[in-house]
Amino acid sequence: MSGQDHSDIQSHIRTYMLVFGALAILTVVTVGASYLEVTSGESIFIALIVASVKGSLVASYFMHLISERTMIINILLLTIAFFFVLMFLPLMTTTDASQILQ
Amino acid sequence: MMVMRWQLAYPETPVPFIGEFLWENGILLPEVYNSLGAMHGTIMIFLGVVPLAVGAFGNYFVPLQIGTIDMAFPKLNMTSYWSYFVGGVIMVASFFTPEGAARSGWTSYPPLSVFEPGQTLWLIGMVFLITSSLLGSINIIVTIVQLRAPGLKWMRLPFFVWAQLVTSFLLVLAFPPLEAAAVLQLMDRVVGTSFFLPTGLVVSGEMVAATGGGSPLLWQHLFWFLAHPEVYVLILPAMGIVCEVIANNTRKPIWGYKSLVYATVFLGFMSFIVWAHHMFMTGMGATMSAFFQTTTMIISIPSVVILTAFFLSLWGGSIRFNTPMLFALAFLPMFGIGGLTGLPLGLSASDIPLHDTYYVIGHFHYVVAPGTIFALFAGIYYWYPKMTGRKMNETLGKLHFWPSLIFMNGIFMPMFIQGLAGISRRLWDGGAIYSHAADTLWLNEVMSVSAWLLGIVQLVFIVNFIYSMKKGEKAGRNPWDATTLEWVAPSPPIAHGNFESEIEVHRGAYEYSVPGRTRDFTPQTEPKKSDN
Amino acid sequence: MEIPYTVEERPDTGLNNSKLGIWLFLASEIMLFGGLFSAYVFLRMGAPDGAFHEWGQELNIPLATVNTLVLITSSVTMVMSWASLKMNEFSKYKLYMGVTLLCAVGFLVIKYFEYTAKFDHHIYPSTNTFMAIYFTLTGLHGLHIIGGMIVMFYFWFPGSKMWQTEPEHFANRIEVLGLYWHFVDLVWIFLFPILYLL
Repeated sequence: MSGQDHSDIQSHIRTYMLVFGALAILTVVTVGASYLEVTSGESIFIALIVASVKGSLVASYFMHLISERTMIINILLLTIAFFFVLMFLPLMTTTDASQILQ
Repeated sequence: MMVMRWQLAYPETPVPFIGEFLWENGILLPEVYNSLGAMHGTIMIFLGVVPLAVGAFGNYFVPLQIGTIDMAFPKLNMTSYWSYFVGGVIMVASFFTPEGAARSGWTSYPPLSVFEPGQTLWLIGMVFLITSSLLGSINIIVTIVQLRAPGLKWMRLPFFVWAQLVTSFLLVLAFPPLEAAAVLQLMDRVVGTSFFLPTGLVVSGEMVAATGGGSPLLWQHLFWFLAHPEVYVLILPAMGIVCEVIANNTRKPIWGYKSLVYATVFLGFMSFIVWAHHMFMTGMGATMSAFFQTTTMIISIPSVVILTAFFLSLWGGSIRFNTPMLFALAFLPMFGIGGLTGLPLGLSASDIPLHDTYYVIGHFHYVVAPGTIFALFAGIYYWYPKMTGRKMNETLGKLHFWPSLIFMNGIFMPMFIQGLAGISRRLWDGGAIYSHAADTLWLNEVMSVSAWLLGIVQLVFIVNFIYSMKKGEKAGRNPWDATTLEWVAPSPPIAHGNFESEIEVHRGAYEYSVPGRTRDFTPQTEPKKSDN
Repeated sequence: MEIPYTVEERPDTGLNNSKLGIWLFLASEIMLFGGLFSAYVFLRMGAPDGAFHEWGQELNIPLATVNTLVLITSSVTMVMSWASLKMNEFSKYKLYMGVTLLCAVGFLVIKYFEYTAKFDHHIYPSTNTFMAIYFTLTGLHGLHIIGGMIVMFYFWFPGSKMWQTEPEHFANRIEVLGLYWHFVDLVWIFLFPILYLL
């Protein structure tokens, strides 16, 4: 991020403020949605979508991932792939357990 | 280990020399046997091979082989070392606590591990060791990516550096889930949670006073998510060392360098999705086990590619049979045996009868003991001149190698026979109470005697190591006529900065015996125009 | 001899050492929390229908919402302190870093009240699997907050002398610290809904 002049940073700061606003609003939205009378499946879906949006806002703008070098993006993609492997781990065990019960 | 082998060969006879000081009657107690078994695995893997292969060789030779002055983060390096030190002290100290050391196997399966004494210290020690490995491997990756000397493109890297890079990625991405699991088990033990305890668990005829709702399977998944990549953490640096030694001593470029590199990267990637082949016994369904059998068969392909490339490198070379080369050559069939005996374990139909028998012990010991440890010996003999400025004694080296090779096989080959006969691992009496074991019990004595002899033979190595430091034949900068960058530095390298001047790289890592050149090796630093 | 690329970027990778280092560290952190999230999913699926939701009713949503906002604010002030350095405004940096530190303290204070309220009602990690994973996840997250605070305090006060001698190196360090801090925030963004709202 070297070699930027002040106006560049100024525009960055405007983005940070916008992101801040968006994060605050989304927090309120997700709390509000949890009080709605929806099925648990729907509420999980909403909550995870909102959290993912918030997460990507933080990662893209505060952590500058949106303009980061390809090497770092690649390392993260690899990590995310294995992260999902980890997430599917409980799913795989339980599907099998139900097979045994049948 | 040697004490354990006594118990296995001569069950319930007092252990000579030390037994009478330690236990009543001098007989090894079953609990202590379990502790020794669990700690043998833990110490060998987390305090022995990983620190040696990645911590020591990686730390010393990666900067040298990429032509830079130091690791990228010296302070992080120190943190990593001291974290390792603390973890090691905790592990060893646990033997001397009233509770004794952990005794639930190196895999620490719950629910047993939640109730057995000694486990808490094991977990705390593991957290330190994991942290140490994480910091160390981050350091290695950054060093390789950022500090390569000018001109050292990716495909000019020595294979050892590639192996270290992939290994470090495995450590960075696979170790944290085990750290998470260790934290969960610590919670189970210390504050009474039930992450790994199912509802209605009965221990010694009494209901366990925990809420239940957890599952031991969770631990197994998280544990093997690390522990399978860990296997490759143990073997890849070994392959890297063997590659260096073979290329140097056949005086030929390594065969299929690019396929080696791609195979290694692919191996690293695949190692994350094969872990459940350690868990075919957990009652997993057909879909899951089919998936993991398939991935397990796939992952054997890159291993075979690597091994084949090494074998083909021997073809038509003018091989120098010095001690490092002998160890590297022995690595090939030993790892081959270890790898091929793994195939039946990767298929659930044949794994089920073999599971937890001595066959498994034989299989993975062939990979790590005559496999990785021989490669580490090759590395020590090969790089000793670089580290000390003197060569190790060749005669003593051969005196170390040949008996080691024989006794290694004397220990581990009979394990396959015992395993196929159905003897389980972790038996205090070595299977003496089972009638089906009777035919193969005599092998216990063979293995034990081999183990003690192997131990004695290592004294030759220790003597050689110390003797050569003072009296060894003086070696110059490049005693083996090698091409890679570490041989450009003085022996031993300069304490701060390794090299005398900046390194510039002009060619690939293994330009041996290029036709038309005056010498049979061309160092990587040699400018292109000097060809012919 | 100096280790190359500690401050300036290596031309072919476009990175300096610490940037790559912190991202690798964060990658390992993703896997660490990944393991715990996966444990959460596992336990949730293993629990009786709706039990996790019911056990979660004990938690205090308003306090946690406030805490979320506190942490988001601290993330913004953290990035602002870095931007101030980039614009050569050292006093502003001090201000923003101080506010970030204050937010972190605030977060822990609120967390402390949440924890003690649970203990007062005799709710412990051993109460049920939800509470077990709740205390583990938030506890580990809290440890990350404390770790971040120690580093922040160092760069806020004793370590800030470096600005006089090596401004660019110092700004890089703040950027790296910021990346870590945003990651801690990011983890909380996911912890908040899965623990409190679902």
